[in-house]
Amino acid sequence: MTASDTQTATTPSNGPVEVQREARLARFAVMTLGPIAAAVIASGLILVVFGINPITYYTFVIERGLFSGLGLEQTLTRMAPLLFLAAGLIVAFRAGIWNLGVDGQFLLGAVASAALAPALLGVLPGWIVLLMGFVLAGLVGAVWSVLPALLRAYQGVNEIITTLMMTFLGVSLANVLVKLVFLDPKTTVPQTRTIPVPDRLPRLFDSTISSGLVWAVAAVLLVHVVMTRTAFGLKLRTVGANPHAAAHAGLSVPRLTVAVFAISAAFAGLAGASEILGVNGNVRADWNPAYGLMVIPLVFLARFHGVGSIILIFFYSALLIGSESAARRVGVPQDFTLVLVATLLIFLGLAEWLDHRRRKGGG
Amino acid sequence: MRDLARTSLVPLPAKGVEAVGLVSVTKRFPGVVAVDDVSLGIRSGEVHVLLGENGAGKSTIVGMLAGLQLPDEGHLTVNGVPVRLASPVESLAAGINTVFQHVMLVPTLTVFENLVLGDAWWHRPPRALIEARIAELQRDFGLRVPLDAITGDLSLGEQQQIEIARALLRESHVLILDEATSMLTPQGADELGERMRRLAERGLAVVFITHKLSEAYRFGDRISVLKQGRFAGEIGPDALAAMAEKDAVDEMVQLMFGSSDTGLASAARQSRPRGACSLKVSGLSTQGGVEEMALSDISLEVFAGEILGVAGIDGNGQKQMAEAIAGQRPVTAGTVELESRNVTQESVGKRRELGLRYLTDDRLMEGSVGLFAVSENTVLKEIGAPPFWSYGFEKPARIAAHARDLIQRFSVRTPGEATPIGHLSGGNIQKVLLGRELSGAAKVVVFNKPTYGLDMQNIAASRQRIRDIAEGGMAVLLISTDLDELLELADRIAVMDRGRICGVLDNDATQPAEMRTAIGRLMVGEAPAEVDA
Repeated sequence: MTASDTQTATTPSNGPVEVQREARLARFAVMTLGPIAAAVIASGLILVVFGINPITYYTFVIERGLFSGLGLEQTLTRMAPLLFLAAGLIVAFRAGIWNLGVDGQFLLGAVASAALAPALLGVLPGWIVLLMGFVLAGLVGAVWSVLPALLRAYQGVNEIITTLMMTFLGVSLANVLVKLVFLDPKTTVPQTRTIPVPDRLPRLFDSTISSGLVWAVAAVLLVHVVMTRTAFGLKLRTVGANPHAAAHAGLSVPRLTVAVFAISAAFAGLAGASEILGVNGNVRADWNPAYGLMVIPLVFLARFHGVGSIILIFFYSALLIGSESAARRVGVPQDFTLVLVATLLIFLGLAEWLDHRRRKGGG
Repeated sequence: MRDLARTSLVPLPAKGVEAVGLVSVTKRFPGVVAVDDVSLGIRSGEVHVLLGENGAGKSTIVGMLAGLQLPDEGHLTVNGVPVRLASPVESLAAGINTVFQHVMLVPTLTVFENLVLGDAWWHRPPRALIEARIAELQRDFGLRVPLDAITGDLSLGEQQQIEIARALLRESHVLILDEATSMLTPQGADELGERMRRLAERGLAVVFITHKLSEAYRFGDRISVLKQGRFAGEIGPDALAAMAEKDAVDEMVQLMFGSSDTGLASAARQSRPRGACSLKVSGLSTQGGVEEMALSDISLEVFAGEILGVAGIDGNGQKQMAEAIAGQRPVTAGTVELESRNVTQESVGKRRELGLRYLTDDRLMEGSVGLFAVSENTVLKEIGAPPFWSYGFEKPARIAAHARDLIQRFSVRTPGEATPIGHLSGGNIQKVLLGRELSGAAKVVVFNKPTYGLDMQNIAASRQRIRDIAEGGMAVLLISTDLDELLELADRIAVMDRGRICGVLDNDATQPAEMRTAIGRLMVGEAPAEVDA
């Protein structure tokens, strides 16, 4: 952090553009890489307290998540649902809507696709079944956001509360559906009927990587382009940055708000479908990976930037996969990743605060 | 530590001594000078009325006295000693208590709990002592304080009494009542006035903020008038006591609306023969709300090449009228016609396309998106339209070229078109917004307080632009709280009061003083116009 600071201070300026870009790079380094480094060190200290060599742990996580063939494939596969969620969150956050209910939307989308696909397999061609599974999951996710959307758009009810409440309901409803409605009668464990592996999303090349990854990356890039380069994106950003100005400029703020909810929740539904149709093949009762809560900090860390989100989600997935093995080998519980992420968030907040103070002091 | 019931009202300075003072205080907000070099002395034993329109700087002065804001220049004094009130705690410790316009009590707590809120936490509240003190207050000032009632169940007037009681329980030397009568019934307001008088008799310095002239006369010992952030004049206790209400009101109107002598007195604009009717508003009414004036039966016509001024004390429905005309506010009755075409049902965008432009008074919160670049703000009302977008995709080069052209034509001072507009000064933001409204085929331009908060140079430039617009054959509806501006620019002046148009006068540039008085009286609803409407 300090190194990059002094570097920008001493580098001779090659014109205003150059300086600006350098300043921006330096700021990115301080504001993003700084907290990451600090979080890694602080979490390492916690490991030391528990008598575990942090270097061993981190090396293992990196080796397992990034540098082993199978680990890397698992990492890339794990990215797909996280990326779809990120796409939805980027739309919402850039439009100033805090859709924190993605987990409920995700789970209901997952259940919808898990219920639909086995019923249609054999009736319709495989690719149509998959497509319909995705479409239905997106629709179900969007439907689950209608209530918070209308309340926010027309009554001004804070969506943070309502979307979170809808997540509790959504998770429970998903469970009820799995246990009572879409139960596979052939198994003793309550779960939906399993989609046979050949009927799931095709895998990439000769690997185990689900092709959901490709669609997920495309979704994030699409969202990024739409939000930064198109009229629709600018409308949403205007609503997010200043709803009064948006109304003044003739934009229909309520309608755009509802649209943001629908798009965001639909992506969450697609995330659910990609996990089921691509990887799991069924939904087990009480299954709730709570991916949404993991992705939210990452999207923040990437400042709602599409490419940044993809990179961070890649490393985060590696961390998840690596720490799963590490939990078995080194004896650090898998939940330790949460400690790492939480520390990261704290340092992120600190960096933000310091930056704010410095700028205020500077001018 | 301040202890609630320890002291009574005794340790007050002698009457007539300055308890709190403002010394050459200036406070700026982004784009606006809220308080401009104001000096005031608040004396013990006086009810000191701060009179002024919305935006005259009253609330900012209250904010500085209450420790919510620090002055940018100048300083405050308490008992003659310069102080820095950096927080409400410091303000309270200095003996200054503020009763804000909106009640600041916790509605779910009992009255007693509200009274002891903020007291030391490590001992039980001295219930018996407080009861005794409350009984004393009830006897002396007629304050009704039901200690065990749930605060939210009480009426606003009763809650306000609790706030006053709380202020008196603390060691108050100065009691500030910010627009305290706005939530009260007329009877409640009179009771409050009576109470203020008794408090002043006990030696307290009472600051009473209002924009109602009759209250100022009836309740005040001394009246200071603020106008656009500047100190406009004062009526001292002796002078005030000698005046009848009518003379006092005349004097206040004169101070509030008289020529501010800003050095901007350029020659009044010559009226020209007007063209066809460009904007016709008939019977326009809107729904009101708790804080919003309802419009009732607004009718007016603006002709091509004409400037119709709209005068009135701020908050009498001017903004609502502008929004209803622009299409931002739903109407309950009436029509808006643009060049004989009924546009009442049309959207904001459609009206803009047809040539109706609205320049909002809220440059920062409504007119612009502070985080967005100047260039994006110049096309904010045309998102998606060619040539700046094609097939929904942005054409950054065209937007930038358009912005550079606008920056040059309207001499906007900005580092570049990519600079976030929030970094510019108020005057430069105003230029960008003006340029945005005038681009394309504008026919009718509605200005809402176009020069509010600008510096002299920008005021002059903006007024010249408005002249040019009318010269160019457009119809201008100019809403302003600055009478000088209206007298200088308008052909006719409509006066708004409580959501209605209460008169339209032809501007007579040869008799500014008479115009001023006639308009001022219409504005405060004091007398019917003698000038033919």
